[in-house]
Amino acid sequence: MMASGYNAKEEDGHHSGAPGNGGAGAVKSKKPDNTAFKQQRLPAWQPILTAGTVLPAFFVIGLIFIPIGIGLFVTSNNIKEFEIDYTGIEASSPCYNCAQNYSWNSTSSCTCKVPFTLEQPFESNVFMYYGLSNFYQNHRRYVKSRDDSQLNGDLTSLKSPSKECDPYRTSDGLPIAPCGAIANSLFNDTLELYHLSNGTRTAVVLMKKGIAWWTDKNVKFRNPGGNANLTVAFQGTSKPVNWRTPVFELDPNDPDNNGFINEDFIVWMRTAALPTFRKLYRIIQKKVDAPTLASGKYELEVSYNYPVRSFDGRKRVILSTISWMGGKNPFLGIAYITVGSVCFFLAVVLLIIHHKYDNRCSSADIPN
Amino acid sequence: MLAIGRRPLRPSSRPSSATIGLCPPSTQVWNFLPKNLFEQFRRIANFYFLIIFLVQVIVDTPTSPVTSGLPLFFVITVTAIKQGYEDWLRHKADNEVNKYPVTVLENGRRMGTESEKIKVGDVVEVNEDETFPCDLILLQSTRDDDTCFVTTASLDGESNHKTHYTVPDTEKDLDSLSATIECEQPQPDLYKFVGRMHIYKTDREPEIRSLGPENLLLKGATLKNTQRICGVAVYTGMETKMALNYQGKSQKRSAVEKSINAFLLVYLCILVSKALVCTTLKYVWQSKPGQDEPWYNQKTQREKETNLYLKMFTDFLSFMVLFNFIIPVSMYVTVEMQKFLGSFFITWDRDFYDPEIQEGALVNTSDLNEELGQVEYVFTDKTGTLTQNNMEFIECCIDGFQYKYRDAVSELDGFSATDGPVSKLQEKAGKEREELFLRALCLCHTVQVKEPTGRGQDHTDSMAGVDGMEGCPPPHEQTGFIASSPDEVALVKGAMRYGFTFLGMESKKMKIMNRSNAIETYDLLHVLNFDPVRRRMSVIVRSKSGDALLFCKGADSSIFPRVRQEEVEKIRVHVERNATEGYRTLCVAYKKLSPEEYARADADLQAARLALQDREEKLIAVYNQVEAGMTLIGATAVEDRLQEEAAETMEALQGAGIKVWVLTGDKMETAKSTCYACRLFQRGTELLELTVRTLEDGVRKREERLHDLLLEYHKKAVQDVPPTKPGGSRGWSKPSQDFGFIIDGASLSMVFNSSESSSSHYKNLFLQICQNCTTVLCCRMAPLQKAQIVKMVKCSKGSPITLSIGDGANDVSMILEAHVGIGIKGKEGRQAVRNSDYAIPKLKHLKKLLLGHGHLYYVRIAHLVQYFFYKNLCFILPQFLYQFFCGYSQQPLYDAAYLTMYNICFTSMPILAYSLLEQHICVEVLLDNATLYRSIAKNAMLRWVPFFYWTLLGVFHGLLFFFGVRFLFGNPALQANGQVFGNWSYGTIVFTVLVFTVTFKLALDTRHWTWINHFVIWGSLCFYVIFSFFWGGIIWPFLKQQRLYYVFAHMLSSASAWLVIVLLILLSLLPDILLVVLRKPLGPRARQRQAGESGAGGPKSSAQPLLMRTFSDESNTVV
Repeated sequence: MMASGYNAKEEDGHHSGAPGNGGAGAVKSKKPDNTAFKQQRLPAWQPILTAGTVLPAFFVIGLIFIPIGIGLFVTSNNIKEFEIDYTGIEASSPCYNCAQNYSWNSTSSCTCKVPFTLEQPFESNVFMYYGLSNFYQNHRRYVKSRDDSQLNGDLTSLKSPSKECDPYRTSDGLPIAPCGAIANSLFNDTLELYHLSNGTRTAVVLMKKGIAWWTDKNVKFRNPGGNANLTVAFQGTSKPVNWRTPVFELDPNDPDNNGFINEDFIVWMRTAALPTFRKLYRIIQKKVDAPTLASGKYELEVSYNYPVRSFDGRKRVILSTISWMGGKNPFLGIAYITVGSVCFFLAVVLLIIHHKYDNRCSSADIPN
Repeated sequence: MLAIGRRPLRPSSRPSSATIGLCPPSTQVWNFLPKNLFEQFRRIANFYFLIIFLVQVIVDTPTSPVTSGLPLFFVITVTAIKQGYEDWLRHKADNEVNKYPVTVLENGRRMGTESEKIKVGDVVEVNEDETFPCDLILLQSTRDDDTCFVTTASLDGESNHKTHYTVPDTEKDLDSLSATIECEQPQPDLYKFVGRMHIYKTDREPEIRSLGPENLLLKGATLKNTQRICGVAVYTGMETKMALNYQGKSQKRSAVEKSINAFLLVYLCILVSKALVCTTLKYVWQSKPGQDEPWYNQKTQREKETNLYLKMFTDFLSFMVLFNFIIPVSMYVTVEMQKFLGSFFITWDRDFYDPEIQEGALVNTSDLNEELGQVEYVFTDKTGTLTQNNMEFIECCIDGFQYKYRDAVSELDGFSATDGPVSKLQEKAGKEREELFLRALCLCHTVQVKEPTGRGQDHTDSMAGVDGMEGCPPPHEQTGFIASSPDEVALVKGAMRYGFTFLGMESKKMKIMNRSNAIETYDLLHVLNFDPVRRRMSVIVRSKSGDALLFCKGADSSIFPRVRQEEVEKIRVHVERNATEGYRTLCVAYKKLSPEEYARADADLQAARLALQDREEKLIAVYNQVEAGMTLIGATAVEDRLQEEAAETMEALQGAGIKVWVLTGDKMETAKSTCYACRLFQRGTELLELTVRTLEDGVRKREERLHDLLLEYHKKAVQDVPPTKPGGSRGWSKPSQDFGFIIDGASLSMVFNSSESSSSHYKNLFLQICQNCTTVLCCRMAPLQKAQIVKMVKCSKGSPITLSIGDGANDVSMILEAHVGIGIKGKEGRQAVRNSDYAIPKLKHLKKLLLGHGHLYYVRIAHLVQYFFYKNLCFILPQFLYQFFCGYSQQPLYDAAYLTMYNICFTSMPILAYSLLEQHICVEVLLDNATLYRSIAKNAMLRWVPFFYWTLLGVFHGLLFFFGVRFLFGNPALQANGQVFGNWSYGTIVFTVLVFTVTFKLALDTRHWTWINHFVIWGSLCFYVIFSFFWGGIIWPFLKQQRLYYVFAHMLSSASAWLVIVLLILLSLLPDILLVVLRKPLGPRARQRQAGESGAGGPKSSAQPLLMRTFSDESNTVV
């Protein structure tokens, strides 16, 4: 990309008999040292960016980027994604009632069933996300409202959570574990997926492991006093205000997924970058013989616990396959194709200009 | 009033401050820190950052106080260390001055004390070769002629011995002396002092003695050739003339600094408006129901209780804090370091080393490095700067007959006998006249004979010493003469060649040895000193025969009106011819004073010298009266050779578009010929002359003539010239006709001082003419007029950058006045060097200093400044944009560590290395092609257009970084295992792109890659990556939140993140790369220009836009 000449400047030092220095020894004390550095004569590489080097570079960039872009675009397009909004804003929506009748106090959850049809089968692993809109998980007051040392199993922080957790720091005089607004607002809708075929309603097996970062699950989040007997460990703490169950009952069946190291919890604790976001909820393992999700009718059963209407939020469920580049996102492919073609186009245009100009210019040079 | 000795009769009327230290006594170890901090926070930028820091401490702000505290601490510490070091040096120097032992006579006893404890009125004893601890009135000297010799080399650079006199007729016994001294308020002029001493004697009226500069021994001067003196302290401490003359280092600010401040203001506006926009939008946004406090994100009790307006205010402050990084805290320290370290390259440069004086260049201030690349006007002194100030007697003319000294020793003593007139047609002047002339040369001067070194014993055998000299005749051929002006030495030496040798002066008797080797002695009665206004000096001597003779020598213009006119013409021819040949001419006249005349002159002189008020004026009046009606005997011509490479240097400067003005005290003809010799005036140059001579042509009054001439020249030089491109920035374009303008001091003062209404008009005309001339020669300038001219140009439209270069004390005023003052380490002492910003051994070094160093420094610092603003703009812009997506909640996009380290670690070193080492064009090319200097003229790289470009680039990059990642995060499931990224990943991706882009942008601009650049650029990037791994790899116990735990590693594990990083970096650099190709059409022009330069002039094409400049001449390698 750069035409370069390695132009080590002539170093006139190190010849003791430098011209004009007849005085030798005595003179030396005041005469500046003849080092390359002091004389600003360090050997230097002087790259020269010229049209001659840039034009091929543009071609090369174009030639590399366009295929990559096409590849990315195709990859992204091959990803199957299906999205259902189950907020229940419209009266026709199956969750309308649940959304309307929501109250914090109800102990029994409201359940609604959202039917949908997959036109195409989903191959390989399918990832199930829940998405929230207009939910400011990146609000400063919210982002800082957590105590990482408490979540790391620190016993002192367990009993006296950080001030940042206010106003979700204590309840009824007991420290809240896990404290803070993030934990308090843990997404608690339960989503189940059923396949309807031939009148039978079969539950799709949803994996709840492997949805959180490995490092989070294994290092950053630790239960106080290990995983043994969480009830005891969390004694003297209070559950977050909005939670129905204490933290040690998040997944009573699996001690490796309970307490602070519950993966749903960990996923929630990684605050989203934008107010519209999705978080990984479950993974549907691919089957050996059949598509993971065959095309056909399905039903999403939601136990509707999470109110979003008050802030105009939306709730979605997204079913998606994944490629090496992650979820479906045409942006990268389009961007690469665009940049690649712009480079290529520029290269061509510039080459023409360059060529023409150079001709004219060299003919103009002759009379000189 | 002050009393001497034991009996203070009246209390001192002036406070006697006794500390002598030249710096305020601030440098105590214990109070250094608070004082230094106070000083530092008085700087507006530091204060601003302190406020930001305090806001962060007090108000609940998005970023922790550490993020701005740490950089501030870093900056403050670095500056404090630098200043502390300087303070320490000064302290050491102060102690040397303040604490050295002196002897004070008190009650007849000698008491040792420290110099800073001397009080006004103390009698101080000083021994030979000691310096005076304060300003003293000389009371007693061990020499029996009541004189003492002093050298003021450290004050004004004059190395000759000056004679000072004791107060006349004082008691020899100091113990019994009782007197008071009245003296004027302390004033800085070294050569002026008026005072009066009342000597009280019992039973008699107090006697009054006048005191003048000849009685005053200045602090800092050294006693020579005198065993011991006693004097009474009149000024001490800060009141001494030395202290008053010590102006703290000039507070010159460079144009770059002004640009920085202007840019800073723009960024401050951006900052405030950003904060305002965010605050407003925040409250607009919150007014919608459910947004301000959704159920999942309740406010704390305290927040709820806070007053709404207070909350708005703190929100505003929070936004300010969040965006404050846009104003680069580290820029100041980087700029300071760049200047400080960069200036070493000047002192280190071997090209500036002069084997003759065994010294290199000297940098007195590092603040002005880049100003060297911006010079538009060079004001140069002639004598000692353009010329060597190495005077050689060339010829003389006696009574109109020319005597050329031929450089042959054989003719030396045969002057009278064999040295005939040069032209056979000419006759010799009469022998009498010859001898009179030579005697005049021998007598009319203030030269001293350098006393042989062994001769320290005493003064008593001095007569014998002279007699001894008689025995071994010419010891002076080898031994030197000391004089304040080299002309005088040349003249005395010249006279010596013709057989009249000045042997020296003993107790007011001047001895000369005439041709027949006989000693003639003359009583020196009066010396009418030389001063630049009178431009002549005289002596009155009494010959053996008892005649009082006045010898006067001086510039022709000041002598001719004072001699009988009939003699003038024949001498004038010679003077003018000599002057056009570039010699310095002096005319010699004499007058025989009748006893009555002498008596009157003597009385008048005494009276004038005693006057307390207007002594100067009175003296000059008497001088004028005495120096009248003289007889012209002849004229001398002394050659002053051009400095080495003076012409080449001047040519290079003119080629660089710099206008050279010669400001000299010399006469017009001499100066003009020097200008021709230096090729400042060319053969084709049309000279516009505005001198006394041209003004007196007509019959009309001078003012009218001045008016006409100015208009005429203005028409010629300004109006008739084809209009250059308006806008002025390219004002260099070569006019078809070169004009040279000549003005002399008298005309200049007319221009400046004519009636108020026309004065500004004249000044304007004058300035316009001058600006359109390639060279302006101002001759017959007084030092103050030099400064006036510099000031006039400095304050003219467009405020061009001026540079003054000179070597003598008379150049100090213009050196101080100009933007950049350069001193030449010449013969006229060190005063110019001390007051200069840079000092170089020779004029020829100016070329490299400006065209090489100056150019590079300017490019470096301009790029540094622009780059700093740019990198902080694209650093903060994403953070600003993020506010639109996080509910204006002041959520920082980047982690605190990144916010803190961005400016001090990740991006600071490459730019510092760049700003020290960059050579976008190598020095040799810069020196060979002076026109390249024009490409950066008028602050080209820091004007608003390039600033706008950089800002635009910063905005573009910021937008790209943010929205590129924003679109990527349309689906945050970016990992191959379907897991999602959160907000800190978002910030980290943006930050990674940012650091890489910003560094690559610099790499793209670097044209000179030394190993240091490689090391620092790649090192910075490596450091960033390693740091990020490290920072995210550990659960840090001292952190409240482990926000970045493994965020960086996860980012790198995502292919999408890689792809977007590569894409964004490339896309950001695309415009810059594209510019290289777009600039291509300029290539041939650049080539043409290069070709033109080697010839004469070449087309003065308008400068290329800044960005296109760097790659100017490489495109010919293409295709």
